[in-house]
Amino acid sequence: MFRQVWREMRRYPSAMFGLTVIIFLVLLSIYAVIKYPYQEAIRLWRGGEDIWGDTPKLVPPRWYNWFRREKLPDTIILTSDSPQVEVVPQPSKKKGVWVDHYLMRFDFPYDDFPQEIQVTLTATYEKKAPFVVLVWVRPDGEEIRLKNATVKEGRFRYRVLQDTKLHQRLKLPRTINNIVGIMAQDPQAKPPKPMKGTYTLRLEVYRFGENDKIQAKMVAYGKVYGWAGTDHLRRDLSVALLWGAPVALAFGLLAAVGTTVTTMIIAAIGVWFGGWVDAVIQRITEINLVLPVLPILIMIGVFYSRSLWVMLGAVIALSIFGASIKTYRAMFLQIKAAPYIEAARAYGAGDFRIILLYMVPRIIPTLIPSLVTLIPSFVFLEASLAVLGLGDPVLPTWGKVIDDARVNGALYQGLYYWILEPSFMLMITGIGFASLGFSLDRIFNPRLREL
Amino acid sequence: MAQQAVAAAPAQETRHQGGVPTWKRVLRYTVVRTIGLFFAVVMGVYLTILIANMGGYVDKIRMAEIQERVSIRFMNDPTFRQLPEEERRKRIEAEIALEAKRLGMDKPFLVRSFLYLRNALTLELGFAERMTSDTGSRQVRLIILERIPPTLLVFATANLFLFFISLGIALYLSRNYGNLLDRFFVATSPLSSAPAWFYGLFLIVIFAAWLRVLPFGGMVDIPPPPTRWGYFLSLLRHLILPVSALVLSALFISVYSWRTFFLIYSSEDYVEMAVAKGLHPRLVERRYILRPTLPTIITSFALTLISMWLGAPIFETIFNWPGLGRTYFQAVGFFDTPVIVGITVIFAYLLAITVFLLDIIYALVDPRVDIGGARRQQG
Repeated sequence: MFRQVWREMRRYPSAMFGLTVIIFLVLLSIYAVIKYPYQEAIRLWRGGEDIWGDTPKLVPPRWYNWFRREKLPDTIILTSDSPQVEVVPQPSKKKGVWVDHYLMRFDFPYDDFPQEIQVTLTATYEKKAPFVVLVWVRPDGEEIRLKNATVKEGRFRYRVLQDTKLHQRLKLPRTINNIVGIMAQDPQAKPPKPMKGTYTLRLEVYRFGENDKIQAKMVAYGKVYGWAGTDHLRRDLSVALLWGAPVALAFGLLAAVGTTVTTMIIAAIGVWFGGWVDAVIQRITEINLVLPVLPILIMIGVFYSRSLWVMLGAVIALSIFGASIKTYRAMFLQIKAAPYIEAARAYGAGDFRIILLYMVPRIIPTLIPSLVTLIPSFVFLEASLAVLGLGDPVLPTWGKVIDDARVNGALYQGLYYWILEPSFMLMITGIGFASLGFSLDRIFNPRLREL
Repeated sequence: MAQQAVAAAPAQETRHQGGVPTWKRVLRYTVVRTIGLFFAVVMGVYLTILIANMGGYVDKIRMAEIQERVSIRFMNDPTFRQLPEEERRKRIEAEIALEAKRLGMDKPFLVRSFLYLRNALTLELGFAERMTSDTGSRQVRLIILERIPPTLLVFATANLFLFFISLGIALYLSRNYGNLLDRFFVATSPLSSAPAWFYGLFLIVIFAAWLRVLPFGGMVDIPPPPTRWGYFLSLLRHLILPVSALVLSALFISVYSWRTFFLIYSSEDYVEMAVAKGLHPRLVERRYILRPTLPTIITSFALTLISMWLGAPIFETIFNWPGLGRTYFQAVGFFDTPVIVGITVIFAYLLAITVFLLDIIYALVDPRVDIGGARRQQG
């Protein structure tokens, strides 16, 4: 039978398209779960400065540059251990003072300025904290002294944008920031352009103990990041986009199977026993029709738990008596009259044996299309809850990314990638399953095939 | 879920009633359906209360209300103002206990749940904890009542458009079966798996954020235009995106499935007979195709409408539309339990009314639908 269905399916381009999308999503899910195991994904997504300190804030993905003539800069990270950083010991003029120059060189071939430049110094020392002079050397050789600092308590952090004294020394107007001031050929130009070439950040380190050590790290935050960009908490969106796939698939599939199977069994019970059982089931279905499902789910989310699995249970519980009972009922009424059911009864099969082993399996093939078509509606339901701020508290999902983006004004600030990426994932999931479902429907229901 | 063209209207006793006039049949049907639906609403609201009170939330609302009422009464009464602090507090507490007893708060939950049910059904929804209506009242009923018109406005407009646009396109496609547009709609039907808010997001990105031709959301400009005409125009401008989102979200699947219904029905023998008789194609369409498909179409439309309704909280939040759904979402944000429970109850009512109206339309277009006829013996 499978071979026959497969042969039929190959005739429908939409079925093949849907299947391709689903296979892609499944592979993506497997990759996501292998790359970031459950706990790791949660740790990353809930992480703060310690995990996402070196990523730029609110920047689009790297492929954004393909569509632009003016290339946006990538993030450049240099530490005193990296090979392109040179440590040059200097002759000391004074006894008890050791001087080293750290030359942090980097190429800058981009057409826009970095978002921010940050220098972090950590030191271990015996008596007196080391003293550092930060000097910025431009490709044209001009040197700008940025800051003199004592690495007090072994830690010092410097951000170029926040240095108001530097702003005064550079004599810049208020509308032009420090980064433009130290990197542009002509800061007053409209628009200002960064000088291309090799920049050097020279750290002149003065140590007051022979064994004192200093570690330096420079991060020039870019304006693009990774293949997915970052959000307001500097988190790499690719984590959420990847992890959204297994979450969406699991939720959609479990909810669709759970609701379909329970509804089907209830319908079969109603038809088999008939009489008042059937009447009660029919009335409950009618009540279920006026139950406001989404508001009740929201209520459950607010009052009890936001966990994805609690929501899944609630969704299934609320749709057990769904409207589809009527369709199944019509199918079961036909099956009930079939001779093989009569035969089963004659040899003494019990009620539930007949329902579960004789009636239900009979309609499963016709159910598959509607089951596949149901999946996207649950995927979107999960996203809807997340967009209302009722997403799972720990797991990264597509809906939560949309929610973050919306709440933080991505639309007003033109950060379209933030909203469009998770939306795109939701969209292809929806279309993929729906195309496959509709084609299967045509394959299983010959009456539709010609149309 | 709207894709499944399932009979929303329950399986009625279908029997041809030769001589009974339409109004009589519909009236009888209406009465029976009203009773049935009222029962469904009562059960639905009762279930809502049970869910809400699993953590004792409704109890809390009631106790807070009693406390507030008693405290206000004591504060406004000059005779009690003279009393020392300690004494007054004791009296207030005694009074609260008495009041709680009077309202049955000391009774077991089963008994109380019916009390709550009565209150909910009569729309005695209590007082909001934090939210107020635009007129400054804290009565949940008033907060809800002033939010219903905007919601009805946007959903009714969208549904009207959806129904007639879909019907028109579906008829056109069934006439021109297999042409480019027809294949386009067959191919795009899976697009409807996305809900309306999702389309709203895209429309906002395109028309508000990128092209800057239409507003991001809201119902009128801020500040509202002073003249009535200006207000109306501003309202129309703000309606475009939400209504388009609602229509778009259901259009593809409606057109696809309705066109399929038409095609199925137009291959019936009696249609071919009518064509062979030489009737005008439009007449055949109206009398032999549209008429028998209308009940099926209305059923499928009903399910679409209901699923749209249920999406209101998120849809209105996306469009910042000051309706019932957004108020619900705000109440969730404020943790304002009375409002949350109240609106859930109202949603149950609105759903029931929708189902009811569609049932009546169903009865009007389908002459076979008649409940009362089952009991009456035909002469």
